Amino acid sequence: MMWTFANRSSLPIRGVGYLLCIVVSATMSLSAASAQQSQLPQVALINQQIEQGWADYEISPAKGAGDEVWCRRVYLDILGRIPTLEESKAFTSDRSKDKRTKLVRSLLYDDQYTEEYANHWATVWANMLIGRGGGNDRRDLTSRDGLMKYLRDSFASNKPYSSLVYELVTAEGDTKPGSPNFNGAVNFLIGKVNEEDGTLATSSVSRIFLGQQVQCTQCHNHPFNDWKQQKFWEFNSFFRQTRGLQRYVDGTRDIDYAELVNEDFAGEGGDPEEALIYYELRNGYLSSAFPVFTDGTEIGRSGLVDQVKRRSELGRLMLESDAMDKMAVNRYWSMFLGHGFTRPIDDMGPHNIPTHPELLDELGKAFRGNSYDIKELILWITLSKPYALDSVLGTNNKIDDPSVGESPKFSRFYLRQMSAEQLYHSMVTVASGTASGTYEDQERKRREWLRQFTVTFGTDEGDEATTFNGSIPQALMLFNGELTKNATSLKKGSFLDSLLSTGRTTTDRVNGLYLAGLGRKPTKKELQLAGSLFRAREGKEGEMLQDVWWAILNSNEFILQH
Amino acid sequence: MNSSWKTPQGMSRRHFMNHMAGSSAALSAAMTLGSSIQANAEEMRKKRKSAVMLWMGGGPPTIDIWDLKPGAVTGGPFKPISTTGDMQISEHMPLTAKQMHNLSIVRSMSTREADHNRGRYYMHTGFVPNPNIEHPSYGAVVAHELMAQRPELEIPPFVTVGGGSAGPGFLGMAWSPFSVTSNGRIRNLNMSMEDVRLRQRMAALHEIESGFAKRTRDLPAGEHGKVLKKTFDLMTSEQMEAFRVEKEDEKTKERYGTNGFGQGCLLARRLVEAGVPFIEVDLGGWDLHNNVHATLADTKLPQLDQAMSALVEDLEQRELIDDTAVIWMGEFGRTPRINANAGRDHWARSWSCVVGGAGIKGGLAVGETSSDGTRVESQPYSAEDLMATVVKGLDISLETTFMSKNRRPMKIANGGKAITELVG
Repeated sequence: MMWTFANRSSLPIRGVGYLLCIVVSATMSLSAASAQQSQLPQVALINQQIEQGWADYEISPAKGAGDEVWCRRVYLDILGRIPTLEESKAFTSDRSKDKRTKLVRSLLYDDQYTEEYANHWATVWANMLIGRGGGNDRRDLTSRDGLMKYLRDSFASNKPYSSLVYELVTAEGDTKPGSPNFNGAVNFLIGKVNEEDGTLATSSVSRIFLGQQVQCTQCHNHPFNDWKQQKFWEFNSFFRQTRGLQRYVDGTRDIDYAELVNEDFAGEGGDPEEALIYYELRNGYLSSAFPVFTDGTEIGRSGLVDQVKRRSELGRLMLESDAMDKMAVNRYWSMFLGHGFTRPIDDMGPHNIPTHPELLDELGKAFRGNSYDIKELILWITLSKPYALDSVLGTNNKIDDPSVGESPKFSRFYLRQMSAEQLYHSMVTVASGTASGTYEDQERKRREWLRQFTVTFGTDEGDEATTFNGSIPQALMLFNGELTKNATSLKKGSFLDSLLSTGRTTTDRVNGLYLAGLGRKPTKKELQLAGSLFRAREGKEGEMLQDVWWAILNSNEFILQH
Repeated sequence: MNSSWKTPQGMSRRHFMNHMAGSSAALSAAMTLGSSIQANAEEMRKKRKSAVMLWMGGGPPTIDIWDLKPGAVTGGPFKPISTTGDMQISEHMPLTAKQMHNLSIVRSMSTREADHNRGRYYMHTGFVPNPNIEHPSYGAVVAHELMAQRPELEIPPFVTVGGGSAGPGFLGMAWSPFSVTSNGRIRNLNMSMEDVRLRQRMAALHEIESGFAKRTRDLPAGEHGKVLKKTFDLMTSEQMEAFRVEKEDEKTKERYGTNGFGQGCLLARRLVEAGVPFIEVDLGGWDLHNNVHATLADTKLPQLDQAMSALVEDLEQRELIDDTAVIWMGEFGRTPRINANAGRDHWARSWSCVVGGAGIKGGLAVGETSSDGTRVESQPYSAEDLMATVVKGLDISLETTFMSKNRRPMKIANGGKAITELVG
């Protein structure tokens, strides 16, 4: 069968580039990357620890996933989209033994993917740091553009995780790209410091980076863990020098941008050299706090910025804490395997025993030992055995079902739905054949589209949920939405139009649809159905392909990472 | 209602497929069976119960609305006024005061969740959050139990207006809230293709679906089919007319208030009439850590008063109130103590909710708090108890038990006890 996509005008760039890269990396980095898959010590560690768990529970894992399925999986997880038909075919037709290692390395390190990689991870992190709705409102101090720019640059240069955390926690400067003192990292905290004495900054930083949920301890001692109310306010004290200021367009009251600054903090007791804060106990009495890190380490008590920069001290202490390492590893693991070592992933500590404590520990150390290289961490996880398993719940691992509350044993790949962002990226760049316009244009369209799924809860903390959760609004969008219309269009240069001029037979082209969308060939029955549709469309093949492609895009098999 | 999934009666699957591929006539006929049930509908309509929840996102200061403490240090500036029920409420709720014979206040709510997310989950489900299990929320439970009363319903049985409500938990995605904005507009509703072609596409889709579910044997796979069917039903249903709140006359729209919450309440009434068993309407912005009383007097309470009173009055005038429960609550109340920013903070220990309609007695104030509002001084009630009261008011048995995914039986309303004064 001849697949000649690469000669067409709409899709070829990535495909040709990819084939080239295979050739290049096969010759250039053979010594480094080849056949090392099982020898990477971190991969061996993961495999050994996970297999031990299977043995302990007397279960056997699902079979290994086929090449097509695995390929779809890594593209979705690393770049945030499914592979194109050419990319998928290039991978499956590669005969080399270390082709999985090569593919992951290519997605992580080849220049042609840098932008997609950086965009995808910037999106994931922006959602985590400021929520899906953050920075979308004009009255908001936060600039989503500013944060995205900072994150894109950081992931494109593979900034060490530790630096990323330090910068997000300690940043000073202006929110918006183009403002005089632009530092996009300030957008994480700028919407969290002004209100309610910075309690949102307190709970966000400790939850996102240290895996410690402290929001309840604002008002009382925590019922399950050893966080006491005192600790909350000690941690909170680190943020009390910080303010978000509005900067106006000259001569007007229009907000131009905002600036996150450190200011002298006089304290609530009247002595800036001993700048304490007060908080109220449940019995109504007041108690006081100075900045103290979660492990009990105190810093200078002065609120004067030229004596103590409280957030810088906090950043330093966080980097010394292994809670940060574990949280990072737990988070990345869960993003690839569908579940973390704890549930929820960002509530860690003695009250919440991880499923694989030793592995979590060791991976955390390995991450630190490798200078917090995020791409290396991704490499270890994606090349591990559990990541390569089928998503089948079998008789030999029946108990491995986290959806009913069982602890995950990673003896199969857990099904999970693509995020709205992954779906969008897949449909726009792969299924439609074109992603036109500048980055700004595309980003604006994407945000507009994403907004339809966000529902807010009317709280000060900006709590929100998504209706992109497998319910009716999502199904309506996939049935009838603009995105689907474009993806199933027969216009010149569209995906289906390109497909029509490839392959020898109609069957070839139907096969191509199934491979592109689902990473597999159609079953006999599915082919027959395509035949029926062909007749119903009175032999207009393009229209039949539209019908089949529509069905594929609406299927659970498409929307699920599997 | 029929769907393209199933083979119409008297046809083999193959026969069906042939028809599908060939002509459209047989298909169209087979797919419009839905109307034949309509003869029964009038009969059913008489018995069916519904519930409307007014959700006050952020945690409303109930001490300033339903349980005033005039003269106390914690009392704030508002004065109580008399109502048509056996209680007094805030002077900023004059229209609702005239409807209180239909509503009762539970003044002895005492809960423990004072964090927004935890409080929202707890008040919506009757269970405290547990990372290993997701419990079904009010809307999912009520819709699930009351669906048998309305076989003709083609639109989603659990609608949330202007907010997110809470999910269906282990009951499955088919019971998740259908979230719409208060103008009732629904995105992506129109299919721009012939009915028959859509049905044929659905058949192709069904083939992919069933194969995948069989291969992976995982739980979420089967759920998807139900959602697809509901989506399909909804797209082709005339009942969607209920969402067109703009069709109401101007006078009615004004009575409810021409703002999001007002129109949302009006939409809720339309949906009740259309047979939707559970509707939640959200009014956010109650997280009043600052400047609580000015905000209440200027914006929040006038808006609430207008819409809430309009809804109850309208339900009464249309003789729907005896079958429609109304629930007013948020995730918690707010501190009796007024803070340094003239606001009130989160407070779950002693606060109020309001219920009425259906089988729930109106006009009462149940329970009491201390003179400064900081303690409950009578039998305290929990989210479970409130939920049990509503469930009983809707004639749903409190013995109803659900099976969670891990085969653990779970009693409806988490085994809460209905408040006897209200549903005795």
